[in-house]
Amino acid sequence: MTFDEKTRTKIGFTIAAWLVGLVIFFPILWTVLTSFKTEAQAIASPPLFLGFDWTLDNYFEVQERSNYFRHFANSVVISVGSTVLGLLIAIPAAWAMAFVPRKRTKDVLMWMLSTKMLPPVGVLIPIYLLFRDTGLLDTLTGLVLVLTLINLPIIIWMLYTYFKEIPGEILEASRMDGATLWSEIVHVLTPMAVPGIASTLLLNVILAWNEAFWTLNLTAAAAAPLTAFIASYSSPEGLFYAKLSAASTMAIAPILIMGWFSQKQLVRGLTFGAVK
Amino acid sequence: MATGHSRVAARIMISPAVLLLLGWMIVPLSMTLYFSFLNYNLLMPGVHEWIGFTNYEFFLTDPAFFAALGNTLLLVGGVLVITIFGGIGLAILLDQPMWGQGIVRILVIAPFFVMPTVSALVWKNMFMNPVNGLFAHAAKFLGLAPFDFLAQAPLFSIILIVAWQWLPFATLILLTALQSLDRDQIEAANMDGARKWSRFFYIVLPHMSRAITVVILIQTIFLLSIFAEILVTTNGGPGNASTNITFLVYAQSLLQFDVGSGSAGGIVAVILANIVAVFLMRMIGKNLEA
Amino acid sequence: MGSINLHNVTKKFDDVEVIPPLDLDINEGEFVVFVGPSGCGKSTLLRMIAGLEDLTSGSIEIDGQDVSAVPPARRGLAMVFQSYALYPHMSVRKNIAFPLKMAGLDQAEIDRKVDGAAKVLNLDAYMDRRPGQLSGGQRQRVAIGRAIVRAPKAFLFDEPLSNLDAALRVNMRLEISELHHTLSTTMVYVTHDQVEAMTMADKIVVLHAGRIEQVGSPLELYRNPANKFVAGFIGSPKMNFLSGAEAKKRGAHTIGVRPEHVTLSRESGMLKGKVGVAEHLGSDTFFHVAVDGEDLLTVRTEGEFDIKHGDTVYLSAEEDRIHRFAEDGRTIQ
Repeated sequence: MTFDEKTRTKIGFTIAAWLVGLVIFFPILWTVLTSFKTEAQAIASPPLFLGFDWTLDNYFEVQERSNYFRHFANSVVISVGSTVLGLLIAIPAAWAMAFVPRKRTKDVLMWMLSTKMLPPVGVLIPIYLLFRDTGLLDTLTGLVLVLTLINLPIIIWMLYTYFKEIPGEILEASRMDGATLWSEIVHVLTPMAVPGIASTLLLNVILAWNEAFWTLNLTAAAAAPLTAFIASYSSPEGLFYAKLSAASTMAIAPILIMGWFSQKQLVRGLTFGAVK
Repeated sequence: MATGHSRVAARIMISPAVLLLLGWMIVPLSMTLYFSFLNYNLLMPGVHEWIGFTNYEFFLTDPAFFAALGNTLLLVGGVLVITIFGGIGLAILLDQPMWGQGIVRILVIAPFFVMPTVSALVWKNMFMNPVNGLFAHAAKFLGLAPFDFLAQAPLFSIILIVAWQWLPFATLILLTALQSLDRDQIEAANMDGARKWSRFFYIVLPHMSRAITVVILIQTIFLLSIFAEILVTTNGGPGNASTNITFLVYAQSLLQFDVGSGSAGGIVAVILANIVAVFLMRMIGKNLEA
Repeated sequence: MGSINLHNVTKKFDDVEVIPPLDLDINEGEFVVFVGPSGCGKSTLLRMIAGLEDLTSGSIEIDGQDVSAVPPARRGLAMVFQSYALYPHMSVRKNIAFPLKMAGLDQAEIDRKVDGAAKVLNLDAYMDRRPGQLSGGQRQRVAIGRAIVRAPKAFLFDEPLSNLDAALRVNMRLEISELHHTLSTTMVYVTHDQVEAMTMADKIVVLHAGRIEQVGSPLELYRNPANKFVAGFIGSPKMNFLSGAEAKKRGAHTIGVRPEHVTLSRESGMLKGKVGVAEHLGSDTFFHVAVDGEDLLTVRTEGEFDIKHGDTVYLSAEEDRIHRFAEDGRTIQ
């Protein structure tokens, strides 16, 4: 079988790209595979790729020994909680900036984005002390508050860009049709903005789930989400690779799936419109 | 469209966000500023006297600070080099005709969605561990002595881990920019007799220059604050070999309980980040139409 | 019901005054057209009547009531937008029902009125489709249906036909005029197309840089334009303007004569010129004639006229068809 040049280049690139892709993806693949091995097989030399006894023991052990699901639930609560809270604050703000633009609107938006660029370490101490003194340390409430604040600029920004794509005339038409501001937002704007709101929601859940500064510094045992729980494996006892793999696989699986759907949102949300 | 009514409504709707962010900016930051001028150590309660710039003097003349500063620059620079060059390469590769491009994209994008503590620990234990890690197995297979990555080259190892995490981000952004290039320009260049490398340097690269700049600026802002990866792998060590400014401030504040000194360090970190932020804001501003 | 009065209305955007003090009276049941070039303020004026823009000063009355501070939802007006502004996530039925739902009518009443509007506009077959599945003309009708169903005091149209292709535009023009005859409701219509203005209006308001140049019936504006701007804007093709010897002879700075009022002769006439491009439309022919010292003149003849590019030709016009303009543009009576 001989191919023409075009097909040959295509084959070449396909092989190259798949090779590169698999190399980059390999650590994740290896983690998932290792999660099904026994601890002994996990450190076997030479390393076992597929030829091992598949077992689910690690998954059970992780839950039994360290109450994995409590930490999983914590992650869910803070991700969803900060996203919902963020949306409640951001939707009206984005509406105002997208549909009633003033001379200052651009400056306000840029200022909001700039608050995201504050290095967290610059406010670590006051927040830590404040939380300690108000009993918010190691609480889900405290984490939700902080995560909402650090991601609010991105939520507002993303909603703003989605709202700007909605023709203002449609909202004006609803006003002419007798809609109050509340009706306008509930019956006309929100249904039209559902895809945008969903995208923003997705991206923010991902960002909050993976946040690894405040979740590490403001929690101890009670409110520790998965980021902190996994961090406890940095000084483990005995053989633990398989258990680490199981815990990690469970921790990253939901986000990998969500991430697959949110590539476009990532570009939109994290480059602040500087790249189209 | 703006009437008096809608203007009033808009002001009310935007105020919660503005007030919250204003509070978030001003309150803790001014507290940090205030603390930085005090002799404040949590181990010595009740002692908070004003000592002016002493904390700054100590922080900035501490050899640990210079080490941390250097490490920060190396960390940011190293990751940038790997992700930008790697990102451009990957973007161009993914833009070529091939089968299964969608799946390759998923494979390449995945590391960005892995939480930092997981990726750091997976790399530390399952790849870089000198006894049981895959790199050690590979070295033994080739008859070489295993290399203890995190002990012998801690900063380099962390650069590797962080670069692995951020490569997808750069690739995605640069791929988006690359795909926005008008095919007509390339065809016109072909008609003008340009060959592959010339096309790349004179048309593709300039078109992507803006996206590259954005990637550099945004990544820098986030890379200045690398924390989790250092915490779970080397804890800043050995010594200060893998401590960056963020970790140094953390260590002084929450491990040594030196609030005064840590606050000074925090302010220094803020100033550094601001320098980058100014450039980033200018780029964003140019593109923003209000 | 449906009279609209504007008193001393002005509009500033930031510090730029786009509409200097303006008075206008629109009578019950009139079809009034705001016409003018882009940027003349006609849409702004319409939106101020609708309540979508605030007045900088002055007042607007609807049926004698001052509505200057009343929000658009409560002015009792309906608007048809250039982009139709239909709700993309609602079916045609729900789109038309929306204003009634906002008014709090019960479902039976809403259904009755929606069906009524659908019948008038031939939308029965599309009631369950979404706007995205309709053609331009159908969407236009849904927009009109949404406006009709509220039985407003007046309809406001903001360049509704600009997005349609030429053939459809002609049809919709007729439909809207028919609608006006059926409903007898006041209609305020904005367009930049003077053909639409001439064919649909009872009264035309010609706007230029925020000022009203003239208000009158189509024929009034055609026969007695108040100034050079109106004379040049109304009528297609544009009126010919001469500012040389012929103007001075008649004591004017500029004179104007419409292409349809100029006669061609190969033997003699007022002006001598050389024929340039000819446009043959079948029913008419338009010749562009170059005359010394003047801009290119357009002349209309019926049918065919045997003349070739480059031939010499003579132009004449009846005196009472020649308009005289002073230096500031005003018509000299």
